[in-house]
Amino acid sequence: MSDNTTSDGALVRVERVEKTFHRGGGDIHVLADLNLQVSAREFLALMGPSGSGKSTLLNLIGGLDRPTQGSVMVGGERIDQLSDRQLARWRARHVGFIFQLYNLMPVLSAERNVELPLLLTHLSKAERAEHVQTALAVVGLAHRAKHYPRTLSGGEQQRVGIARAIVTDPTLLLCDEPTGDLDRKAGDEILDLLQALNREHGKTIIMVTHDPHASARAARTVHLDKGQLWSEAQK
Amino acid sequence: MKFLPLIWSNLRRRKLRSLLTVLSILVAFVLFGALSSIKQALTGGVQMAGADRLVVRHKVSIIQLLPESYKARMERIPGVVLATHQTWFGGIYQDPRNFFMQCPVLPEEFLDIHPEIIVAPEQKQAWLQTRTGAVVGRKTADKFHWKIGDKVPIQSTIWAQGDGSRTWTFDIVGIYDGRDKGTDTTAMLFRYDYFEEARVGAKGQVGWYTIRVKDPARAVETAKLVDKEFENSDAETKTEPEGAFLQGWASAIGNIALIVAAILGAVFFTILLVSGNTMSQAVRERTGELGVLKAIGFTNAQVVALILVESCLLSMLGGGLGLGLAWMAVSRGDPTGGLLPLFYFPGRDLLLGAVLSLALGLATGFFPALQALRLRAADALRRM
Repeated sequence: MSDNTTSDGALVRVERVEKTFHRGGGDIHVLADLNLQVSAREFLALMGPSGSGKSTLLNLIGGLDRPTQGSVMVGGERIDQLSDRQLARWRARHVGFIFQLYNLMPVLSAERNVELPLLLTHLSKAERAEHVQTALAVVGLAHRAKHYPRTLSGGEQQRVGIARAIVTDPTLLLCDEPTGDLDRKAGDEILDLLQALNREHGKTIIMVTHDPHASARAARTVHLDKGQLWSEAQK
Repeated sequence: MKFLPLIWSNLRRRKLRSLLTVLSILVAFVLFGALSSIKQALTGGVQMAGADRLVVRHKVSIIQLLPESYKARMERIPGVVLATHQTWFGGIYQDPRNFFMQCPVLPEEFLDIHPEIIVAPEQKQAWLQTRTGAVVGRKTADKFHWKIGDKVPIQSTIWAQGDGSRTWTFDIVGIYDGRDKGTDTTAMLFRYDYFEEARVGAKGQVGWYTIRVKDPARAVETAKLVDKEFENSDAETKTEPEGAFLQGWASAIGNIALIVAAILGAVFFTILLVSGNTMSQAVRERTGELGVLKAIGFTNAQVVALILVESCLLSMLGGGLGLGLAWMAVSRGDPTGGLLPLFYFPGRDLLLGAVLSLALGLATGFFPALQALRLRAADALRRM
């Protein structure tokens, strides 16, 4: 999937998607008849109150979950129709995840954490090391490669998380509240980095956030409430 | 191999827990090695028994003697090639704890019937020429630092000489080796004619006979003919293949194999629970991380493999160390000082131990791996 957009330039196309969870004998309708398009190289913010379905939508786009109804197309491929194994391989090649709580392996150093996605490729040890060094350099942490997460600040851990997300050069970066656990200064540094990845490296970024300050960095913001897109704000 | 740093790092995550689990597995496999060696010592003779040999003893009890005159009658029975006798000497060398078997034998016939006993030709010649000569097994010779030419006094608990003395002096004229790994090289063999002439009492009586049969396939049939020959005599006989005779000794202690299997079964079951608990805890603690791995693109099969390899590494580390320790301990030799001449750790049991340690790893990793397999990345990430 290179820049395999649809004819209207959409990299991500979500059509008539519904997502229902079965919990405790009842159904929870999280997303209802949702439609969304994201262009290649776009920086999109998904905002909404807690429980609005933001993370659920992100999971569907990232291939971590399947819709109850509707379709999810990324790069011209119907990912909702892929098997679990195919989805895993698809994610490894095309998606980089950035989590609110960084989700680094505490037992691995920064460079080993960043290397994790590369273990799924056929790159040699030397090639993997080179990619890791490059990714860490992009996020400004090449000098902390041997450090473990417990010795890194929150902002540094998140930058390692970003390095891990970009090390395979994915087409899509999915960020779930990337600055949610950081102070303003560290958060701004992360947002600067995301903007640079978008503008200078052409990464398509979809970022879930409840912080207007963070969403202001995105080119476009959509709002979710009760599982539906209520408005779009394009800058 | 590229996943090894990840797996190894996870094992080191809770060092104390991993260490204690490895130690418990280690102890189990040391026990496995020790019990395998004891089982080998008690039943190994059965495996080494000659297929073409029968043992003839007094029907009532082996401690009852048989007439020396039976030899000629046995050799006339169809199917019998050669019959030779041995007698329990019951001697002590310096200390009762220095146990090893001593037997008066007919040298040429004994060596003929027991080809696994290797005596150098010149030593055999010396034995035939020296009435008080004795040939001793390599293990016993090394243990007491005996060499050819030494005079060795043995105190018999059973046999006195004409002057009332129970101290018998033998000249070491040969040191024998075993042809096979399991051959007993602890015994001391001396000449029957010296014994018969010097002993007081039980003249012309011997302990038991060993017969070589022409056709091993008809050993049982020949055994029946031997017993029939001596039916209704003062000393009726019980004849059986050598393997069965030795098995009888082992069975006297109990069903060794069953006892060992029961002990090891209980131990390994306990270890299974301990290791299984360790792995289950390890996976439960890492639900979020496993979710991240799946999110990154690790397939279910890869995540399962990581857990199984981690589990197997843990158990094979403990198992390998345990088997190694057992090997080293058993290599020091018979801990009883002579009661277990065939005491060693058989290669097949070492291999079995290695396989068991792998199987333990797979078994203990199975349910945690299943847990990880069923884990949905989205759910795991939501819990973090």
